[in-house]
Amino acid sequence: MRVTSDSETTRQHRIATRAVAIAAACMTFCSATSPGVAKADDAVTPLEVSEIAPGVFVHEGVMALMNRDNEGAIANVGFVVGSEAVAVIDTGGSVREGRRLLAAIRARTPKPIRYVINTHMHPDHVFGNAAFVGDGVTLIGHKNLPQSLATHGAHYLANLRAPMGEALIAEVKLIPPSQTVADTLELNLGDRRLTLTAWPTAHSDNDLTALDQASGTLFAGDLLFVRHVPVLDGRLTGWLAVLDRLARVDARRAVPGHGPLVLNWAERVADERRYLDRLATDIRGLIKRGVPMSTAVTEAAVSEQGRWELFEAYNRRNATAAFAELEWE
Amino acid sequence: MTRHRFRRLVLTAMAAIAIVVGSFAAAAQAAATEDPWPDLARTVFGDRPLLDGADVITLETPTRAEDAALVPLTVRMRPDETRYVKALTVVVDENPAPVAATFGFGPKAGVTAISTRVRVNSYTNVHAVAEFSDGKLYMVKTFVKASGGCSAPALKDANGAKTQIGEMRFRQFEPAASAGASREAQLNIRHPNNSGLQMDQLTHLYIPAYFVDELKITQGDDLILTMQGGISISENPSLRFTFVPNGAPVFRAEAVDTERTVYKSEWRAGL
Repeated sequence: MRVTSDSETTRQHRIATRAVAIAAACMTFCSATSPGVAKADDAVTPLEVSEIAPGVFVHEGVMALMNRDNEGAIANVGFVVGSEAVAVIDTGGSVREGRRLLAAIRARTPKPIRYVINTHMHPDHVFGNAAFVGDGVTLIGHKNLPQSLATHGAHYLANLRAPMGEALIAEVKLIPPSQTVADTLELNLGDRRLTLTAWPTAHSDNDLTALDQASGTLFAGDLLFVRHVPVLDGRLTGWLAVLDRLARVDARRAVPGHGPLVLNWAERVADERRYLDRLATDIRGLIKRGVPMSTAVTEAAVSEQGRWELFEAYNRRNATAAFAELEWE
Repeated sequence: MTRHRFRRLVLTAMAAIAIVVGSFAAAAQAAATEDPWPDLARTVFGDRPLLDGADVITLETPTRAEDAALVPLTVRMRPDETRYVKALTVVVDENPAPVAATFGFGPKAGVTAISTRVRVNSYTNVHAVAEFSDGKLYMVKTFVKASGGCSAPALKDANGAKTQIGEMRFRQFEPAASAGASREAQLNIRHPNNSGLQMDQLTHLYIPAYFVDELKITQGDDLILTMQGGISISENPSLRFTFVPNGAPVFRAEAVDTERTVYKSEWRAGL
């Protein structure tokens, strides 16, 4: 490192010192509380899951932002039990939720967990990974997941420390997949197979879906939001294109990333498309009129308010991302 | 601030962060408890007094960073007959490289408003410091709340960002109402403006910083503005600004990134 002036040296030193102090405080904290954590492990309450089809279990996340009270359990997570092995689809928003999901699996089957699938990089889907890693477990994600987790992960931890609290965040490990999917991959669970599909940039740049062929259940990840306003962290035009393909997937039911699982899922795809189309149309019009980003984001897709939960939390953010994308058309 | 000094500042800040990259989150958290501004101000402006800028500049930022990767920011400046605005520095205090950009303005350009988009890592003060042609520095600040959850000041489409690097778009808005009146234009450049702070999971090497660090926009031979940018400027840097048309038939823009690649474009002045 090059030292260029006294004040810069002081600043670097101070930042480094802070980090060391925090790391030390964290270690103290963690070691002081680890017996408590171990005790909680023994008495971990299994996550409530519904068997939506034979051998297919889903926990429906709460409709909220991640916080201390909900332990980050806002996304839908699930598992599929085959004759030989189990596949887990998303691990939840905290290691604690991951452990509760593991407990729910163990309450239903002693079969080994062979695959853990991350549908994308967002914290509510991957923060529970640490509860599952171990011998014989393959962690699977989209080919872009390792990179995106690396560039976003530290920020997720920093952003969520305040709402979730140090205890939940401290034990999260950002664990990249040990196997990635560039196109499709078949997973064998014995008497049933899961088809994983890696999608082009849509909700994020690393969306992966899992289709259980036996029951016709599609774990859509955050390519599908139901009731919860869709969240754009990839490419709006890409997502709209992906929805055309997604709607053609031969599945009897779909488990969205957020919101209740649905049988008439084509209609829910249509709802999502309506919102995303509205966002695109509004933003294109605002760009054409020369409205700056700061104003445009307060006007786009407001007609959709009232149709979605958590609209206030995400609509402007979606509009911001859409503006930055569509001004290049 | 000289170009060299600016680059040094950016690089040193990044080096400092590289040391603690494992504890990045912890450092960001700790920063909230200690105001970095006095040190920053001394590093960037030395001992020059920073006057209260409330009467001559306005800084507009959203109270909450809806998308941490794209926080729109506008600075409006009110020069008078005796002096013009020579330079403007935007500082996002809590970012790893706090100096987001330093703009220089042509003496006759008449730039009174400039908007861009910045990355915001955490709850932070944002400072704008304008240097008037009489050498006085004026400072204003706002506070921006970071957005939580899955918002991050990073690329949304890592592979998509690698395409068409250096493509520029120039747009002129409504014509000036009368001769000598100002009008508005926007320059966008495709560039990932990578921060270089993350580890590439495939190679386990730190991704080198790769961003637009110099930009110049002219009308004919007259300078409108220059920008020395850093990694706090969002992906695909965008500048929207007011200026007074000088009647020249073309606008030119030239950008240079950290790999010393030069991107040039020109456009006919609109009616």
